[in-house]
Amino acid sequence: MIRPSMRQRFVSVASELLDSDPRIAVVTADISAALFRDTGAARRHPQRVINVGIREALMVDVAAGMALEGMRPIAHSFAPFLIERSFEQVKLGFAHQGVGGVLVSTGASHDTGAYGRTHHGPGDVALVATLPGWRIHVPGHADEAEAVLRDAVAREEPGYVRLSERSNVEPVGYSDALTTVRQGGAAAPVVIAVGPMLDPAIKATQDIDATVLYATTVRPFDAAGLRAAMTGTDVVLVEPYLEGTSAAEVSAALSDRPHRLLSIGVPRVELRKYGTASDYDRAFGLNSAGLRERIGAWLAAAKATATAR
Amino acid sequence: MTTTTSPDPTTDSARPPYAYGDLDRLMGLMTGDEKHAPSATSTLDVLWVLYDRILRIDPARPHDDDRDRFVLSKGHGPMAYYAVLAARGFIDERTLAGWAGFDSPLGWHPDRNLVPGVEVSSGSLGHGMPIAVGMALGLRARGKRGPRIFCLVGDAELDEGSNHEAIAVAARLALDALTVVVIDNHSASLGWPGGIERRFAVEGWSATTVDGRDHAAIEAALTAPHPGVPHAVVAVVEAKS
Repeated sequence: MIRPSMRQRFVSVASELLDSDPRIAVVTADISAALFRDTGAARRHPQRVINVGIREALMVDVAAGMALEGMRPIAHSFAPFLIERSFEQVKLGFAHQGVGGVLVSTGASHDTGAYGRTHHGPGDVALVATLPGWRIHVPGHADEAEAVLRDAVAREEPGYVRLSERSNVEPVGYSDALTTVRQGGAAAPVVIAVGPMLDPAIKATQDIDATVLYATTVRPFDAAGLRAAMTGTDVVLVEPYLEGTSAAEVSAALSDRPHRLLSIGVPRVELRKYGTASDYDRAFGLNSAGLRERIGAWLAAAKATATAR
Repeated sequence: MTTTTSPDPTTDSARPPYAYGDLDRLMGLMTGDEKHAPSATSTLDVLWVLYDRILRIDPARPHDDDRDRFVLSKGHGPMAYYAVLAARGFIDERTLAGWAGFDSPLGWHPDRNLVPGVEVSSGSLGHGMPIAVGMALGLRARGKRGPRIFCLVGDAELDEGSNHEAIAVAARLALDALTVVVIDNHSASLGWPGGIERRFAVEGWSATTVDGRDHAAIEAALTAPHPGVPHAVVAVVEAKS
């Protein structure tokens, strides 16, 4: 089925925000610039829809400079160019200056399968998470992306919004907190599914007694929500980007409790393959079948260990 | 047209009675030396002319929305900058003595969150000019045509490729509120064959080269009209020894 595109929703919401809020500016480096022409935003707001050409480092510092002048800039490109290529600009342009802005990426992890490694950016969230003061959002549906964008733009602190071509069939809703999607029994394992990983995680655990929590906001991490949901010891973290990106947050949240953690995400490998995003999910064990196998094996091993004691 | 307005430095009443001749002593409060080698003061004369004759600023109102903005992109070797900020009343001269100490607001690279009058926190090279381009676009988007932006870079700092993204875009977007001063002490390791001025001129900037120790020449270059285009002033000083 065709699901609504988060990227298209971003363009329409940002175009609307440009109309209603004179503090908003959109800075692009060619990627999506044509889409802002299609909405008419570039024509209506030529001083606030800025395309700098294929110059991502400049794009991010330009956004920072506009923030220093009291504006609320949105900078946008593919994840590897917005975050990885321009990381020092991200680091120094906002929190270090003491100003905010919103970075909105598209083309998450291996969304652009056939483009190959140069266009894949599974390290984006881990990188931004090294910086103090950033809010990081991973919506799993276009409706959630819209809510995230409206909230991130209305705030003052820096925000990173990771949009994906992948989407859950139905939205859960954007929240700062972990949302309980399924309640397991006493001492059931807790599965944390981030953004577009919810549907495959739900399907993978349908025969398992597990509590499933959903996250659209991963920084700040909802430690209290995780602690409240934990009645047993086992946590499975299912993230659509670099494996283990939020493992330290889970460990910190449970530092005073015995717990076991399985981190699932994009592994650190040079796969050197093309194909589709689904091909990558299969190769990385990130589709529902792969998740079922890994989670099932890990829970069985954990149970065997517990029994052996 | 903002770029053709003659300079009108604010004559705030609180302005302390410092002169150019006091800068060596003020720098001495940081360095412990009475006299300073040219390499320690490559930016000093341009900074003095900017703060004494060009910038419309008032230390009593460092965040005034109509102020001119000065961006020190070349954030290292900031003693001359701090000395001029002290002379101009943004920093109490007693603060200079503790510079670079753990609790001092004055570090080896300036932080806008710690020092009134510092517009951009700098240090890592090649960020000031791109940020200044964003500031010029921000002023334009807000409809503010009065404030001007002056950005100081070094000739070695121009090695950073991000500057060249900024040089191209500033001219294409006709950012006439922006003036970049390049302090040229011939410290770029691989040099700039054909000259630095040309790098700007070929992109459509108004560009000129002056003696970076000649106050009258610096002032004339910084006040030259440049309607519709950004302006570059290459200020040549002694080669870094």
